Amino acid sequence: MDLSYTAEETAFRGEVRAFLKARLPYEIAEKVRRHVELSKADMERWHAILNENGWLAASWPKAYGGAEWTAVQVHIFDEEAAMAYAPRIVPFGIHMLGPVLIKFGTEQQKAEILPRILSGADWWCQGYSEPGAGSDLASLKTRAVREGDHYIVNGQKTWTTLGQHANRIFCLVRTSTDGKPQQGISFLLVDLDTPGIEMRPIRLIEGGHEVNEVFFTDVQVPCSNLVGEENQGWTIAKYLLTHERTNIAGVGHSNQALEQLKALAKTQRRNGQRLIDNPLFAARLAQIEIDLEAMKITNLRMLADAQKNGAPGPESSILKIKGTVIRQAINDLARRALGPAAAPFPSEDLDPNLTIAPRDHTNTAADYFNNRKISIYGGSNEIQKNILSKTVLEL
Amino acid sequence: MQFEATEDRRMLADTLNRFLSTEYGMDVRNAAAYSAPYHAPEKWTQLCELGTLLALTSEEQGGFGGTGFDVTAVFEPLGRALCPEPALPALMAIRLLAAAGHDLEPAMSGTTTYAVAIGEMEVPYGLDGLSTTARPGGDGFRLTGRKSVVYGGHIADRVLVAAHREGSADDKPGVFAVNAKDITVSGYGLIDGGGAAELFLEDAPAELLLADGTAGLQDALDAGALALCAEAIGAMDVLFDMTLDYLKTRKQFGTPIGAFQALQHRMVDLKTEIEQARSITILAASRMGAPDQSRAVSMAKNLIGRTAQLVAEESIQLHGGIAMTWEYPGSHYAKRLVMIDHQFGDADYHLERVMAAHQVA
Ligand SMILES: Cc1cc2nc3c(=O)[nH]c(=O)nc-3n(C[C@H](O)[C@H](O)[C@H](O)COP(=O)(O)OP(=O)(O)OC[C@H]3O[C@@H](n4cnc5c(N)ncnc54)[C@H](O)[C@@H]3O)c2cc1C
Repeated sequence: MDLSYTAEETAFRGEVRAFLKARLPYEIAEKVRRHVELSKADMERWHAILNENGWLAASWPKAYGGAEWTAVQVHIFDEEAAMAYAPRIVPFGIHMLGPVLIKFGTEQQKAEILPRILSGADWWCQGYSEPGAGSDLASLKTRAVREGDHYIVNGQKTWTTLGQHANRIFCLVRTSTDGKPQQGISFLLVDLDTPGIEMRPIRLIEGGHEVNEVFFTDVQVPCSNLVGEENQGWTIAKYLLTHERTNIAGVGHSNQALEQLKALAKTQRRNGQRLIDNPLFAARLAQIEIDLEAMKITNLRMLADAQKNGAPGPESSILKIKGTVIRQAINDLARRALGPAAAPFPSEDLDPNLTIAPRDHTNTAADYFNNRKISIYGGSNEIQKNILSKTVLEL
Repeated sequence: MQFEATEDRRMLADTLNRFLSTEYGMDVRNAAAYSAPYHAPEKWTQLCELGTLLALTSEEQGGFGGTGFDVTAVFEPLGRALCPEPALPALMAIRLLAAAGHDLEPAMSGTTTYAVAIGEMEVPYGLDGLSTTARPGGDGFRLTGRKSVVYGGHIADRVLVAAHREGSADDKPGVFAVNAKDITVSGYGLIDGGGAAELFLEDAPAELLLADGTAGLQDALDAGALALCAEAIGAMDVLFDMTLDYLKTRKQFGTPIGAFQALQHRMVDLKTEIEQARSITILAASRMGAPDQSRAVSMAKNLIGRTAQLVAEESIQLHGGIAMTWEYPGSHYAKRLVMIDHQFGDADYHLERVMAAHQVA
């Protein structure tokens, strides 16, 4: 047993830290610190800065412009980036489509699309879920019917995150109704400016516009936009799911959020006492801290396994479940820490000179509500438990 | 033993439920709750005409209620409808005015809208350590300080303020009345709907209502907390039913998701906790006016705080993505249920009070 990082890994951490210090724009970090929504330009700017350094696509092979980092390096970067209040990388192109194309794409697709992901020329969004197909994704109904050298697509996708910024969408579509539902699904790339596509915003619980629904009416998509074989979409989606699973625990972000919460608890005063000196509050804080320390090690153990075996196993569902629960517990406690000051609606109507909650915490309650999503998307925690009980416990 | 509400209270609750379900549907509610003045004045007038405020006032004071069970009979329907009308500040004001032997007519008729300003930035809950001060001046007093997140403060004509008299030997907060036009009021909307305000008092002329306001203020806070418990019960009942209904209709994997035992047990847990929360609220209502009123209310507010959050979070989770949307009514119920814990003492604050009662006993 040796819990220390290697000399190279420690040196890498130093390099990451220095880079973040030098290159992460202050205005962007401030927004992240204050949980203010990032603009499209902010996200593109950060991507460009990373890309300039060759760090945007951390786990892609070097041949495709990636950094080819090990899982541990990716982890170190995520941890440091979170602590520095760097924005998260928009996952759809970098973490989702990129790995899929590298594994299943044609040479032409790779040559055309991967550089555009890196340069920011394309913003991709993910079109998997449908109103009737959430947890049961394989029941999806959006049809793609082949006519000559085109597919004609009809149907509806929903929950499309940041679709409002996107120019392209990768979709799971039904190309066959024979056999098991999983066997008739294909992975299709669609330009969002194709006639017949309409995108509508969905407003979330806290008021933000982050997701959309996308309607397809007789949309013509060239057959060359198919990734992999026709009806191979489910295999691709499953491959992607395992890829999504490294760093699924969000340990870096929890760590940063916990530090922020501790700082808050030291400045918040309640009835003549600092909040952190209140035994009930301090106990809650300490419990989360214990859970998070354990999670960090659980995460590293699974990372080490993944590094050894090539891919994370089904045990990584543990990371998703516990990681999201811890994240949400921190959001919960931060909200409580503010007391009544958590209540004002963080809207434009609110006088910015009116300090009620401390400056970095005007969005804390909104953030708490918004983050209820993390135990729902990416495979809900119930679905993760089903996976664990079936595949790991063999129940 | 008799756990049914009396005929009168049942009729009142029915009347309110009927009015709210026809006149205060979700569209009306959201339009009112999220844009200034963060309530619907004409609906509030109608609610008052139906006897809402009279029910919160005792017979000696000219009303027809005022007991704990009257408070719960009014606030459960308001909770069911997620109603952002300012019944809570009205209730607290009526109790304070009554304790001061003041004329209740303007408050009860709704001709004067009151708010009650106790909490401050560093004293969010309770009465210990308030820093707003009163000094003799003019033919009354002058108040200086800031009151924070005053519910209904944005629409009040007159505000009842807890403040310490400068130079007084005791450490007891008094209760003073100020006119809203004599202070700076910065109003805003709340994340769960409804409105509040920051009140800035700078040598504001004030009338003394209670020199020692400790008991009166505590009673107002207790009544307010009880009202919130009842409101939460109403909102939890609706959100639970909505979730149950969704589990029976939403299909995934070819079957209603309610067929999954993993979800069934969680619904049973919610049901159990809601019944427990209902029971402790009944207990608290029954103790209003008794020596252990504050302890019973703290027990209720603690359990409500825990349960309301559980119901909110589980309902969202069990719905999946749909309950994360603004369009789905359940999301607004969830927000209200969570934010109730931020009013008049969160679960930890009330837990401490129950713990303190052990020390005394
Ligand atoms: C903010 C947000 C962003 C999203 N972004 C995207 C995106 O960019 N692209 C995209 O394609 N999708 C996206 N999603 C969709 C997300 O993946 C789905 O919400 C998720 O798969 C759950 O599906 P559902 O919402 O339809 O819930 P349902 O599947 O209807 O589930 C409802 C409830 O039933 C439970 N349940 C379902 N099946 C079982 C079972 N067999 N056993 C036990 N419990 C079960 C679920 O866990 C949940 O609690 C997003 C969702 C949200 C909320």
